Amino acid sequence: MGRFVLRRLLASIPALFLVSLITFGLLWLVPGDPASIFLDTSATAEELARVRRELGLDRPFLIRMGEWYLRLLQGDLGTSLLLNRSVTSAIFERLPVTLSLTALAFFFAVLIGVAAGVVAAVRHGKAADQGMMTLALLGLSIPEFWLGLVLIWSVAVLLPIFPAGDYVAFAKDPWQWARHIALPTFTLACVQMGFVARMARSSMLEVLGQDFVRTARAKGLPEPYVVLRHGLVNAMVPIVTVMGIMVGGLLGGAVVIEQVFSIPGMGRLIIGAVLSRDFPVIQGGLLFLALIYLGVNLLVDLLYAVIDPRVRLE
Amino acid sequence: MAAASASFAPTALPTPTGRPSFARRLFANRSFTIGLLLVGTVAVLALLAGVIAPFDPLKGNFRARLVEPNAMYWMGTDHFGRDILSRVLFGARISLQIAFMVALITALAGVFIGATAGYFRRLDNPIMRVMDAFMAFPSIILAIAISSVLGASVTNVIIALSIAATPHTARIVRASVMVVREMEYVEAARALGAGHMRILLRHVLANAMAPLVVRVTYVFAVAILNEAVLSYIGVGPPPPAPTFGAIIANGRDFIIAAPWITVAPGLAILVSVLGLNMLGDGLRDVLDPRMAVATR
Repeated sequence: MGRFVLRRLLASIPALFLVSLITFGLLWLVPGDPASIFLDTSATAEELARVRRELGLDRPFLIRMGEWYLRLLQGDLGTSLLLNRSVTSAIFERLPVTLSLTALAFFFAVLIGVAAGVVAAVRHGKAADQGMMTLALLGLSIPEFWLGLVLIWSVAVLLPIFPAGDYVAFAKDPWQWARHIALPTFTLACVQMGFVARMARSSMLEVLGQDFVRTARAKGLPEPYVVLRHGLVNAMVPIVTVMGIMVGGLLGGAVVIEQVFSIPGMGRLIIGAVLSRDFPVIQGGLLFLALIYLGVNLLVDLLYAVIDPRVRLE
Repeated sequence: MAAASASFAPTALPTPTGRPSFARRLFANRSFTIGLLLVGTVAVLALLAGVIAPFDPLKGNFRARLVEPNAMYWMGTDHFGRDILSRVLFGARISLQIAFMVALITALAGVFIGATAGYFRRLDNPIMRVMDAFMAFPSIILAIAISSVLGASVTNVIIALSIAATPHTARIVRASVMVVREMEYVEAARALGAGHMRILLRHVLANAMAPLVVRVTYVFAVAILNEAVLSYIGVGPPPPAPTFGAIIANGRDFIIAAPWITVAPGLAILVSVLGLNMLGDGLRDVLDPRMAVATR
């Protein structure tokens, strides 16, 4: 196991290099002069020169790239043009909010999605199955940000059950935190819930059709035990493998959902930067999300190797 | 089992009975039929937008601002007095065009990259490492960043969404090319002296089409959703273009006074994406019968 972990860690180094290269190359895609795109036409020559210097545009490409990597290794992602502060500290300030939203949505998506998938598989072809799968398909097809707006309109404005947005820190008031995070979590979880439910159902159907399940039933084991112990445990393997992909979808969704519910997380930071062309923050945010995603996938791979020892030998 | 014996029949003979034709199997699939109906309806409405839209989607009427849905304005009006129904119809046109282009470009780029990686062993590792790196970014975030860096325009939205969707498509094409590459008929073609190009196009790609077709249907659906997100955030096609996302972004500020502005375009997205997802499910069931057993 130790060797597998080491090998997997070494294998992620080229990925990290390429990811940072893509992030760095983003500035290169800007048509024209990034400095003058950030500033408006009324900017003076001195201001332009200052922003160019901050973005490193006054130096040759390779030198700039070398500097970017040197600073990156020290955890320095540059300075925000707009906020005039370190990108890393701005991100770290907002990271906990985004991560808690993503983690909560992940938890509920897996919990409810798997439960729905199992019920649908057990009631294969019945009304419960069709109902669940219709809901899952709707969940997959609904635009997240729109669902958020409709929820704000229906259960925050028409029926004021939930607050219409904003965020309260857990440490400050746990009850208010829960009330504020409920709608964004549900909105974010919806798509992934549909995804998990469909995966869980087809995976369960495949497992429940296997010989060892028939044997378990023939032995006279109680049906819930067969479904959960023999069925679900084996059906979870393909679900675990897509968990990494799910986290990518959730992080992306969180960025948009934060915007809808006015939650001060990384999403609002990134979108604010996108709208004002604050390039260092765009790059930093992008790199950070990719790092989280790579980290989660590493974790999933290790988890997978624990569940299925054959993976370690490959 | 009648299907199995069909593969031994010389091609000159008529199609053996026992297995219905491809089209017949497609239309017997409920998911495919409903999906086609939904997508077809939206597409026809979008194409006919110029004929059936009751008002000019860009022209405001200050005497009819924020009007509730009624007999004249079926879906109400926005804060400029623009008719929402007309805007949604024209919006469908722009949004579907963008999503269609994204699906097309993604299919072409995915086939080119995936087939190259899957067929030429030496190129496999370097190409797929780069694709993996692109897949490390949440795709919507990558699209937002690219679109913002390039500047908001229809073309740039198409480029951004295509870049975000291509790596996964390439990986799917590569996987099926790698399976087909080892087939005996490919070896036979090679033994007969066929060149790489001919083998790739005539034999390998032709037999690796099924997963691609299914994938592209989903890419189309996701492109509609993601284009709406880009427009909503403000890095989509520049205003006053009435894309689905732009209409919703307009309605956001009037969600209490005029919820209809937000509701109508969202439902249009939902219907289009639902239709495409059902179309994709149906195609998958018919093209890949092994999956169909599990998901029917």
